[in-house]
Amino acid sequence: MDLFEYQARDLFEAHNIPVLAGAVATTADEAERAAATMGGKVVVKAQVKVGGRGKAGGVKLAVDAADARIKAEAILGMDIKGHTVHKVMIAQAAPIAEEYYMAILLDRANRNFLVMASVAGGMEIEEVAHTQPEKLARVGIDPNIGISHEKALEIVKAGQFPAGVVNDVADVLLKLWAAFVAEDATLMEINPLVKTEDGRIIALDGKVTLDDNADFRHPTHEDLVDHASANPLEAAAKAKNLNYVKLDGEVGIIGNGAGLVMSTLDVVAYAGEKFGVKPANFLDIGGGASAEVMADGLSIILGDTDVRSVFVNVFGGITSCDAVANGIVKALEMLGEKATKPIVVRLDGNNVLEGRRILNEAAHPLVQQLDTMDGAAAKAAELAAK
Amino acid sequence: MAIFINKESKVIVQGMTGSEGTKHTGRMLKYGTNIVGGVTPGKGGQSVIIEGKALPVFNSVAEAVAATGANASVVFVPPKFAKAAVMDAIDAALPLVVVITEGIPVHDAAIFYAHAESKGTTRLIGPNCPGLISPGLSNIGIIPGDITGPGRIGLVSKSGTLTYQMMYELRDIGFSTAVGIGGDPIIGTTHIDCLRAFQDDPETDAIVMIGEIGGDAEERAAAFISEYVTKPVVGYVAGFTAPEGKTMGHAGAIVSGSSGTAEAKKVALEAAGVKVGKTPSETAALMRAILNG
Repeated sequence: MDLFEYQARDLFEAHNIPVLAGAVATTADEAERAAATMGGKVVVKAQVKVGGRGKAGGVKLAVDAADARIKAEAILGMDIKGHTVHKVMIAQAAPIAEEYYMAILLDRANRNFLVMASVAGGMEIEEVAHTQPEKLARVGIDPNIGISHEKALEIVKAGQFPAGVVNDVADVLLKLWAAFVAEDATLMEINPLVKTEDGRIIALDGKVTLDDNADFRHPTHEDLVDHASANPLEAAAKAKNLNYVKLDGEVGIIGNGAGLVMSTLDVVAYAGEKFGVKPANFLDIGGGASAEVMADGLSIILGDTDVRSVFVNVFGGITSCDAVANGIVKALEMLGEKATKPIVVRLDGNNVLEGRRILNEAAHPLVQQLDTMDGAAAKAAELAAK
Repeated sequence: MAIFINKESKVIVQGMTGSEGTKHTGRMLKYGTNIVGGVTPGKGGQSVIIEGKALPVFNSVAEAVAATGANASVVFVPPKFAKAAVMDAIDAALPLVVVITEGIPVHDAAIFYAHAESKGTTRLIGPNCPGLISPGLSNIGIIPGDITGPGRIGLVSKSGTLTYQMMYELRDIGFSTAVGIGGDPIIGTTHIDCLRAFQDDPETDAIVMIGEIGGDAEERAAAFISEYVTKPVVGYVAGFTAPEGKTMGHAGAIVSGSSGTAEAKKVALEAAGVKVGKTPSETAALMRAILNG
């Protein structure tokens, strides 16, 4: 899960990483009040999980609380690269002397964690890596060793930070590492990390990604979920513990196993070129899927008004095809007359004959079976075109 | 021959007394896998009967190894306790540890991977993988044993069901070993490890490599193929039509910006001489053409 900037700020603060005062507002009223409480100049920042908001006009300086209200009014509701701004952060303004960069992230290639630190901040780190690589320290961290005080100093010096700030920046790095581990993060980035004119080191903007697999040891992470922007179908699927992603096509897809479902999306997309249709969603019912899970999945997809046909593609490994077939029959019984879209089913693998027999016997008018993945994809695409 | 597992593999099941563990222990036994016991901390000294075989339960992997001579373990322990289970197996210097468990926090995986690397005595496969099968010899994990039999194709895949699909497409030819390496951001055994082992395995004639979006493992595998692999390799990458920024089921399957796209992986593989199919059936046809060629 990616966090909003204000959530990252709060998380940093909770881990004693120096930040400026900040508050989140969903209305211009709230923004004005927050600015009044802070006093002085503030920055009004759009809260969207996408880069480039500054250029899009989503970050504005306000001279006082009344001005903060005007700026918040302009920013709230704005569309930034397809993301509607529902919240703004009111942040204390600070006179900046220098801008630096610091991040810790999961390094898939090396299968450990990577610290990046650079005296050159405020811009895209890829650009620094490209144009001034000597100013960017990149150091792999063994998770069983972590970062010692000496190591932190070494990294900060390698990032060419000026001697006057080395100790303070190393201190921030140690705190960032502690936060990264404590919160099960896969990314914590501070950009920029700034030195203010009065010499303080402060995390001015941050990006944080948390590992959803670790939610079981972080009950409070649930509060960080952005329910407002979630697609209602995705929210409904999540409530049923289904792995669902809404896409913008017409052919509803259900399969078992992430790889097979991704592959099904591709095959349907190729078949759909001829008919001008695309996959409407990703839905993985997982291994060992029961009839109930199948029924839940089918009702979510049939509830998507964009869907014109459905393709159920299952290769039974642990999942048994008879359970899948029973799930389809049960779902159609539950939905009754609400089920109006044709369903193409391809079953193979574990107990396939019984699965096919169950569907043949039920002989539901909306359901038809095909033997191959390619053939079924073509049929589902054709049906969606009508 | 086959890679990583064979008739001599003596397997313990970590989490055997749980419902998933019991179910799959039964399936593996039915296949003929030599299961010699299980580990569930706190239940040591018990014995459970699965598929008519009495299997001793131990408190730790070290105890299990001492009593049974096990040389491989398969882990079905739930995510919360998986790290401790895998660390236990690594500490016992077990040569092969196959982690089936889905949903292990990536910090935990990073810790046990680093531990395995520093000890240097354990090959990890997974986590979040279906395991591996050397048809006719041994089956460790959850891959259905009845899809196909022994043959001369080696298969390595991030995805479980795509492994099954590909085995099914090429069921008349058969496989030396099929390895599901898992789709998590941090995994033990990689495409490259399997490619090397298949290249070195005299009973593997050709290799199918299945990848998916996210990361750059396929690109690195392509570079490795260029320099090391002389056997024919056929590739497939799932997720050509996946949109940017959406995680597709596997924690690692996400396209971010220009990195991790299926197209980039296909280009890299083709540059290394790998024939890449657009669909599983086309990929199987490419393999068939090579073997019949």
